[in-house]
Amino acid sequence: MNQSFQVDERGYYGDFGGAFIPEMLYPNVEELRSRYLDIIAEPSFQEEFHALLKDYVGRPTPLFKAERLSAKYKTNIYLKREDLCHTGAHKVNNTIGQILVAKRLGKHKIVAETGAGQHGVATATVCALMGMECIVYMGAIDIERQAPNVARMRMLGAQVVAAQSGSKTLKDATNEAMRHWINNPVDTHYIIGSVVGPHPYPDMVARFQSVISEEMRSQLQEKEGRDYPDYVIACVGGGSNAAGAFYHFLDEPRTQLIAAEAAGQGVSTGHSAATTFLGKPGVLHGSKSLLMQTEDGQVIEPYSISAGLDYPGIGPMHANLFQTGRAKFYDITDEEALEAALECSMLEGIIPALESAHALAVFGKLHAKANEVIVVNLSGRGDKDLSTYQQRLKLND
Amino acid sequence: MTRMNRITKLFAEATEPILNVYATAGYPNFGDTMTVLNALQAGGVDIIEIGMPYSDPVADGETIQQSNQVSLDQGMTVAHLFEQLKNMRQTVTVPVLLMGYINPVLQYGVEAFCKKCAEVGVDGLILPDLPMAEFESEYQAIFEHYGLYNIFLITPQTTDARIAQIDAISKGFIYMVSSASTTGAKTGISSDQETYFKRIEAMNLKNPRLIGFGISDRSSFLKASESAAGAIIGSAFVKLLGQAQDLHAEIVGFVQSIKGKK
Repeated sequence: MNQSFQVDERGYYGDFGGAFIPEMLYPNVEELRSRYLDIIAEPSFQEEFHALLKDYVGRPTPLFKAERLSAKYKTNIYLKREDLCHTGAHKVNNTIGQILVAKRLGKHKIVAETGAGQHGVATATVCALMGMECIVYMGAIDIERQAPNVARMRMLGAQVVAAQSGSKTLKDATNEAMRHWINNPVDTHYIIGSVVGPHPYPDMVARFQSVISEEMRSQLQEKEGRDYPDYVIACVGGGSNAAGAFYHFLDEPRTQLIAAEAAGQGVSTGHSAATTFLGKPGVLHGSKSLLMQTEDGQVIEPYSISAGLDYPGIGPMHANLFQTGRAKFYDITDEEALEAALECSMLEGIIPALESAHALAVFGKLHAKANEVIVVNLSGRGDKDLSTYQQRLKLND
Repeated sequence: MTRMNRITKLFAEATEPILNVYATAGYPNFGDTMTVLNALQAGGVDIIEIGMPYSDPVADGETIQQSNQVSLDQGMTVAHLFEQLKNMRQTVTVPVLLMGYINPVLQYGVEAFCKKCAEVGVDGLILPDLPMAEFESEYQAIFEHYGLYNIFLITPQTTDARIAQIDAISKGFIYMVSSASTTGAKTGISSDQETYFKRIEAMNLKNPRLIGFGISDRSSFLKASESAAGAIIGSAFVKLLGQAQDLHAEIVGFVQSIKGKK
């Protein structure tokens, strides 16, 4: 399939992408770039990848018709249940793929960054599975607010290192993971958790996550008699679950792609992570994309109630989808996400992750018709966010 | 531009190992930039590399990161830096490089940035996250128009073929990173590194080389200079800046101690 919103041979999505990396990272990134497509295409890779997705991750994940939400919004709403993946989120699709690539590159140590801890847990999990050493960098502030995931990573045998630099959150954890890779270039593979970073990472991660939309197609065919929805909705921080949910619909003009960004307290409050609303073209973590930054080009620390969405950039694929108008971006505030999380819990018996709740909050803004079909990617489960829910939804009263 | 770039002149005329010292702009205090430059020159430095602070300097270790953050917190910007450097050439005669990350340059505007560099008398740029391919397609012509050298890095992992490409496109000198690391992560020079230095020396590149990362004192400076035209000191000097009581005197003393003039 010739998908025009895919990466080109230079590693760009339109104006965005590339590999803006220091020379110290060049050999590793170049090795990955020159080999990832061949490795992924190997029959033995495909076999191992799909076997693990099935028997270890628990794929395919269900496509569930949310009847009570559908009734409320007078349309047809399906939830793609990535929250039922092993480890509780879509992140593991990518870490399984990347650790199999790492093995074939002859690497035996893994470094990763994590924000909310979901990618860190998914990385620690596959490292335990494959018997590889695992170091996860996590912002010192995130370590405090996501304590259960820190404990999970440690129980899985990973070393969790606090990123003390800069704002001590996801972007700094990413800086530290890159620095670790610079200092350990020979035996270590860096498993980036989103569709960010230098080429080929955005494309490689999107390919591993594309299983989400691949399954949606066959599941929709079965349930609706057509293999595309009218809308696919996903939340976007860096954008890996959205990349996976959009992937096979990028060139399907009948499907509207909807991205939900974290507006935090509101896009104009100064406490926001809505990159397409607040960002300008710039370079961070090895690629050119939209970036929240000062006039002087210093990166601005974003804010969101959701630790998985407070990233100051966005994957280059999404920047291109935004710039070309292929995807529509909504800014969802903390309050709207909290209400949507409560609504999904009460109406469907599913407690979503705060990240996914941003996607659920779009229903009320879409005005979809009664005969239209919406698929929302429920990227993760809400267990890790219970203390926030307890506090903000006053569940203790 | 008809004048000979100061970097070319320096390497052509040097009779002893070349010392390049890195200093973060606006550090330790916002207004210290010119004080530091003048003191470095008074001590006998051969090249000055001014760090443009950035919020996310991935190639840098803790010492330089912290100095970047302090400088940014004190209000340093690219525009302020050019303002501080506007009369630089009234006192500073040694070659001056600006080192930093590509994003602030992009936001300032590449052409406007290069124009300002030429106006204040900057001779070259070190932008570690500007890759060679991007440089060739988007930047090279602008840099050359303003007489600016772009200094490329090589590391122990850089292949011979790529080193040859870098040598072909480079002007001034090649920045040879001594080990696989961020700045300031390691000190001293191991036998593995010496093997790497010799390997590169044997390649007979057209450009001279300066060795950086892990150079902190006279002995590591001299060791590195055995296999290159000289060496670069960054983190060790930034550490001194952070602790100095008498900035001018301590900088002069530091440079003299490295150059063996004390």
